[in-house]
Amino acid sequence: MADKLHLDQHISQKFNDELEDIRNRALLMGGLVEKQVSGGLQALLEGDSELGNQVVHTDHEVNSMEIEIDEMCNGILARRQPAASDLRLIVTVIKVITDLERIGDEAEKLGRFAVDLANSSELPAYRKELRHLGDLVESMLRDALHCFARMDYEAALKTAARDDDINAEYETLSRLLITHVMEDPRQVKNVFNITWCARALERIADHSVNICEYVVFLVKGKDIRHTNPKDISKSLFS
Amino acid sequence: MSTSTTLNDIIPGSPAIQESTKVDDVTAMLDSIEGTVGTTRVENPKMEMREVDVFYADKQAIYDVDLDVARNEVIAMIGPSGCGKSTFLRCLNRMNDTIPICRVTGSITLDGVDINTREQDPVLLRARVGMVFQKPNPFAKSIFDNVAYGPRIHGLAANRAELDEIVISSLKRAGLYDEVKSRLDAPGTSLSGGQQQRLCIARTIAVNPEVILMDEPCSALDPIATARIEELIDELRENYAIAIVTHSMQQAARVSQRTAYFHLGKLVEVGKTNDIFTNPQHDLTENYITGRFG
Repeated sequence: MADKLHLDQHISQKFNDELEDIRNRALLMGGLVEKQVSGGLQALLEGDSELGNQVVHTDHEVNSMEIEIDEMCNGILARRQPAASDLRLIVTVIKVITDLERIGDEAEKLGRFAVDLANSSELPAYRKELRHLGDLVESMLRDALHCFARMDYEAALKTAARDDDINAEYETLSRLLITHVMEDPRQVKNVFNITWCARALERIADHSVNICEYVVFLVKGKDIRHTNPKDISKSLFS
Repeated sequence: MSTSTTLNDIIPGSPAIQESTKVDDVTAMLDSIEGTVGTTRVENPKMEMREVDVFYADKQAIYDVDLDVARNEVIAMIGPSGCGKSTFLRCLNRMNDTIPICRVTGSITLDGVDINTREQDPVLLRARVGMVFQKPNPFAKSIFDNVAYGPRIHGLAANRAELDEIVISSLKRAGLYDEVKSRLDAPGTSLSGGQQQRLCIARTIAVNPEVILMDEPCSALDPIATARIEELIDELRENYAIAIVTHSMQQAARVSQRTAYFHLGKLVEVGKTNDIFTNPQHDLTENYITGRFG
């Protein structure tokens, strides 16, 4: 695994181990959340209520990982008083796991809707419309987590940029769903549920953008949140 | 879709990730340092050092250092043992004059006036640029006389009432008066370590200095005494320029506005303390403050 921050070069071997452990657990949590999102999406698309229930239950595990990693970070802050890249790593992990936990909550929503829709007697074709948006969001989350694992800030910027496509896809899908409702008002409840799922996916993409922004902060020490792209370019590439 | 610049537009086409250089050979890296990373100069400085070299006999201890001490600011010098930070601090009030084999070249000015000329009386200089040392070193005199010593030899008080006034206000500014007001005649050495250090600070400020140099002022003190001194340093900043050498990175981070990192006699990096401790630009600085090899 790439280690651009030379995490293993502290004089204190124990500190090396602690930082590596925190990073590995954050990545593990990322993997779990990624699986949760894939599962939620699959459950929705295939009308698999059992898988939907599994996704809902996994959320407890994600939540307890957040608490555990948070405690480890607090311990490092109190005992080691980290500075420079070590400090940025801890701050980044604290933020990343908050976003991961929220992604987990969105995935849990997907799971619940999957259960509801699977039990619904009318199986609307509309949920199939979610596939394209779902694929885009899944791959964006996966890439954001890879950027974090590899500490690759350039790839993080490229990944964050894909949020525009996802927002456009979400808009298109919303328009499509409105058309469906106008054509057949009896489907309003189902369409609403699908809209909520689309919204959850769009939020997962937003959290993935946050993760990408934290990667830039971790590697370059620059906070690019709420900054226009020209200024980001100036601070990173000039 | 809007036509404004997007994140996609700003990413260079070719992979341009600049991996930070691993410091395999510190000496080679130091040799490659041309000048200092960061801004060494400030507007309207209190003291200016230009191209300062220091030698102990044939051995060079400081290499070509440029650095300003700003008014109403604390600048912290950090670096591993033997990096030259204390030697550099001692240049600022010619304490190195007391070491026969020590030779200082380059220019050091106080309010624009060279301090290393023959005409400059080092004793008068040290009244303007006071110093607090690592170990509290009160004179074997009463608390009162410790503080009154400087004003007496520099003739700062016309009479006893004025002297009392200076001693009391100095003890107050050093945050010690309330603890000792009932026993000003007691020996300075009867105080606790933290109180002795504050007594030394009171002694330093009694002669109305313009700059205060501190060489590891808290290394012999417990956390409570240290916190008091750090609080005091922050208050003193309103009236003085302060340069502090410390081995405690957390202390440098807490008390200073700018931090200078020295390594093997070179000033490697200087910058705002916040920037140095969150995003240092030089690998040597990063390695030192994060406790890495190098």
